[in-house]
Amino acid sequence: MIPAADTAPANGDAVLSARNIVMSYGGVHALKGVNFDIHRGKVTTLFGENGAGKSTLMKILSGVVTPTSGDIVLDGNLVSFSSSSDARDRGISIIHQELSLAPNLSVRDNIFMGRELRTRTGLDFAEESRQARALMADLEEDIDPMTLVEDLRLGQQQIVEIARALSVDSRILIMDEPTSALSATEVEVLFKVIRDLTSRGVSIVYISHHLEEALQITDYAVVLRDGAITATAEARDIDLEWIVRNMVGENFDLGSPPTGHAFGEVALSIEDVSVIDASGSGYSVVDHLSLDVRAGEIVCIYGLMGAGRTELLEAVAGRMPMAGGRALLEGEDVSRLSIAQRIAKGLVLVPEDRQRDGLVQTMTVGRNLSLASIEAFAKGLFLSRSRERELVEDSIRKVTVKTAGGNAMIGSLSGGNQQKVVIGKMLTTNPKVILLDEPSRGIDVGAKAEVFRLLSERAAQGLAVVFSTSEVNECLSIAHRIVVMRRGRISAEFGASATKEQIMAASGEAVVA
Amino acid sequence: MTDVSQARKQSSASARGEGFDLAKLLLEGRAFFALIVIIVVFSILSPYYLSVANFLTMASHVAIFGILAVGMLLVILNGGIDLSVGSTLGLAGVVAGFLMQGVTLTWLGVVLYPPVWVVAVIACMLGAGVGLINGVLIARFKVPAFVATLGVMYMARGLALLMTSGLTYNNLGGKPELGNTGFDALGFNRLFGVPTGVVVLVVIALIGSIVLNRTAFGRWLYASGGNERAAELSGVPVKTVQVSVYVLSGICAAIAGLILSSQLTSAGPTAGTTYELTAIAAVVIGGAALTGGRGNIRGTLLGAFVIGFLSDGLVIIGISSYWQTVFTGAVIVLAVLLNAVQYRRRSKLPASTGGQPTSQQRGKAEPANPAQGKTAR
Repeated sequence: MIPAADTAPANGDAVLSARNIVMSYGGVHALKGVNFDIHRGKVTTLFGENGAGKSTLMKILSGVVTPTSGDIVLDGNLVSFSSSSDARDRGISIIHQELSLAPNLSVRDNIFMGRELRTRTGLDFAEESRQARALMADLEEDIDPMTLVEDLRLGQQQIVEIARALSVDSRILIMDEPTSALSATEVEVLFKVIRDLTSRGVSIVYISHHLEEALQITDYAVVLRDGAITATAEARDIDLEWIVRNMVGENFDLGSPPTGHAFGEVALSIEDVSVIDASGSGYSVVDHLSLDVRAGEIVCIYGLMGAGRTELLEAVAGRMPMAGGRALLEGEDVSRLSIAQRIAKGLVLVPEDRQRDGLVQTMTVGRNLSLASIEAFAKGLFLSRSRERELVEDSIRKVTVKTAGGNAMIGSLSGGNQQKVVIGKMLTTNPKVILLDEPSRGIDVGAKAEVFRLLSERAAQGLAVVFSTSEVNECLSIAHRIVVMRRGRISAEFGASATKEQIMAASGEAVVA
Repeated sequence: MTDVSQARKQSSASARGEGFDLAKLLLEGRAFFALIVIIVVFSILSPYYLSVANFLTMASHVAIFGILAVGMLLVILNGGIDLSVGSTLGLAGVVAGFLMQGVTLTWLGVVLYPPVWVVAVIACMLGAGVGLINGVLIARFKVPAFVATLGVMYMARGLALLMTSGLTYNNLGGKPELGNTGFDALGFNRLFGVPTGVVVLVVIALIGSIVLNRTAFGRWLYASGGNERAAELSGVPVKTVQVSVYVLSGICAAIAGLILSSQLTSAGPTAGTTYELTAIAAVVIGGAALTGGRGNIRGTLLGAFVIGFLSDGLVIIGISSYWQTVFTGAVIVLAVLLNAVQYRRRSKLPASTGGQPTSQQRGKAEPANPAQGKTAR
């Protein structure tokens, strides 16, 4: 393992290099002085867990965002990109992880969006169609260029996204999770295209959660962890085990499963639940899944993005409709109840995206904390301010929110403290079961440990806790039981003594012998 | 590059220093200061402006817009808009006028003359009904608020015109022997020297203020306007809240319709045309955000007074009505500009940590504007 500071090779074959890149959002450092080389005519793969900073680094290299500090060196010259089209003009293009297609336009119009081919009198649709058809032939995909993107299945949309990046004849092509929705055959074709591109001198940056797959195609491996490069190597020198070890790193102690209390009755029983994808594709994101959680037990749901964790938790909490099955809270079917009724019965959800679903940005810390338990301080028709103040102060103390007080605006808090407010809001309702969707997302490691400590304390008092995560270390902290989800089903269950490799293998991330 | 960003941080820090407090005060109290400026300027320009009699007259004009604006504030706090209030005002006035003429029940062979309080209750129920249609269209059938209330605006106006064939009810006095006198009391008369309309405005504003600040409904409204998804996940009955605000806005419009026809002693089908825009302007001048979640009764009332005192002042000093329109428009634009400045300041002050890097790194669906946070309807 090579420390970050030493990995600044002045390689002659680096076509594009990042030098000491720092990226900060508010107080959070997404990248902490990263040096990264893209090798000419080779495939360089960037490995790292969710949140390690991979996508941020790629966005910087493709001109989508400007780094807080640091340099970008292109062909030995210092450059700065004013926009992604500026970078594109210099031969760098990116296939984003999230699709950036206009669903209401045709495949052809999407491929040429923003750089339409012109004739003297207008657009050269014939030439655009011809090129689009040729690209589809290269990718061995039978898609008519005039098809609307919204009529394509997800994998085909990803092919269109790839075709768009290929259509600009770039020298450097960044692929951020290009295969997440592709079938095995489509991945084969993509790899053929990648080999063809590198043989023509195109440099590729590849990012994938499917470690084995990435190891097949890559020439160089670079591992990013918590915003810093932890290791670089040539692909022929390394194996999967090396990647996993460097990706996950040493365990930061996030706590251990609380002991000394007996589990109670089954608090939450998920029976044969299915959830249909909200985009209307008819695809089951959760597929006949069953799970029991007892009072006082902490269950971790591990899975890759798209495994169906969020959909499962939201369906149980009443946010998404169940296509089949039911959820029982202490033996009582709650599947038909509204979200408010489920909260009243003691089943609460802490959503994944706290900005979008967790917080009301226009309100104070106190009002956010008390939002879910208004009945607790209502006196007849009116709200009791003194009782609300007590409740808020009590809550701030219990979940240890660092704030100037209940009247501070919610936006003045750090990410970790905002997350504590969202969790505290739901704990204030005195739930029996709490579901937390990626509770550690975007918060620093200290706040993570505090959140986990809080959850284990409440579990010891009889609360049933279910939390999802995409970081293996977090599964191996306070959870009594680890459930791995893959493609909407439970692919494995482990006790607290499971290993990282076992968990990651069950999720489909890596198959380590 | 590090130097530049540090320098920028320092400069923005000093900009927020002590010297900025006056600007902050002026910015946050802008509607109040604008009102004072308007009163001072017109008092200098016209000897008739600064008098109790004129203030009471102006206040009775303001009452109509003010009542509409309180209802509109509830809708805007929810992140919606209600374009139908002007038409509802007109329809409520016409229905009241129709009832005052007596209702002929042909199959019984009698003519019913409902007393004024019954007329008022029926008009308010009508307003609630119009609001309910708006609310159900928006909350249940997901019609965008702008379109739903635009359609209802046309329908209500059309019904008012149909009921009277475009004519106006001029006889609202009633007859003592029929027991239906007293329509004057709704707006024309004075209570301890104060026009009834102003008294009603004060009562509605007080109720509104209590509801917004001291009840669960008020809290629900601010929460669902600030972030509907978060409110729903916290157990707030967001659909009920949404329907309720349109119902309340409809009731406010009907009350304003009764007061206006009483003030004018006539009920015409075109009464209240474009009043919805004035009400929206009052809410915006009062500092509410059209994206929802921000605003209060005090600001909205000030906004209504700013518009009312400005336009009446321009009439008193004899400026042409065309110029009045231009001035009113300029005030609205200025108000919205200042709102933007205020909310940008507020959103810049806290260091927004956490959410941004996550959504960048993990590439999950990122809300267009977390502060806005409402789903498109």
